[in-house]
Amino acid sequence: MHSATLSSSQLDAIFSALADPTRRAILSRLAAGDASVNELAEPFDMSQPAISKHLKVLESAGLVSRGQDAQRRPRRLEAKPLAVANEWLERYRKYWEANYERLDALLEELKAADTPKRRRTRGK
Amino acid sequence: MNPTTTTGSLEISTPSDREIRMTRVFNAPRKLVFDAYTKPELLTRWMGVMPGWSWAVCEIDLRVGGTFRYLWHGPDGVEMGMRGTYLEITPPHRIVSTEAFDEKWYEGECVETVTLEESGGRTTLTTLLRYDNQAVRDGVLQSPAASGMEAGFSILDALLPTLEG
Repeated sequence: MHSATLSSSQLDAIFSALADPTRRAILSRLAAGDASVNELAEPFDMSQPAISKHLKVLESAGLVSRGQDAQRRPRRLEAKPLAVANEWLERYRKYWEANYERLDALLEELKAADTPKRRRTRGK
Repeated sequence: MNPTTTTGSLEISTPSDREIRMTRVFNAPRKLVFDAYTKPELLTRWMGVMPGWSWAVCEIDLRVGGTFRYLWHGPDGVEMGMRGTYLEITPPHRIVSTEAFDEKWYEGECVETVTLEESGGRTTLTTLLRYDNQAVRDGVLQSPAASGMEAGFSILDALLPTLEG
């Protein structure tokens, strides 16, 4: 499985990068197509250096790469690490779903054990 | 109407940069859910018992200022442990505690708030994890929530072989 090849520091970088709302917005924008730093800065009402700083974080996390055009240097979304991050989130969900399903079963057992006890008390 | 009135569907959300919230409805009164969360003989029946994993220590001193200690044994001698202190206890409605894993997966402390709401014999269990990282100053690469999520994922990493087995 490809997630197994990611080190924990790589995963940490991915999730750190994803934790910021501006960086998530940049990724959404790039999902619609490649864009230069100028084009990215425009809708965010942010300075170019501020956007560049966010892009640097995204690049070091492997979520964004640079296109071939030397003039525009368009940024491109790298989808694979995102898929890996999503896979981890799914595992987190599965772990808790499994816990809660066992809790469901235990609660049924506790409810069943509760009922006859009460009946017995009432019957006395 | 609350959209989470059906049982069995787990909702996970990130309400802010430093929080993770999980919500799940159970078909039982909250007194029983509270017991299942706070009595060692019941907690050890459901939490963290993936195939290949078993409880080694489950100690709960359920009072404000009291501590809890959990330790699991996994395959090939792997151990996973956590501990914390109770900050607030309102049975059977609310438990607030700190928590930290033995392995330092994240800096600082995590505060867990467990809330139990009962309606029509069903209980909505909400777990809010808030990661508070005062020690890390540079916000660019160190988001507390991200570190916290990484902690969760690291646990899963350890659990992975058993989950897939």
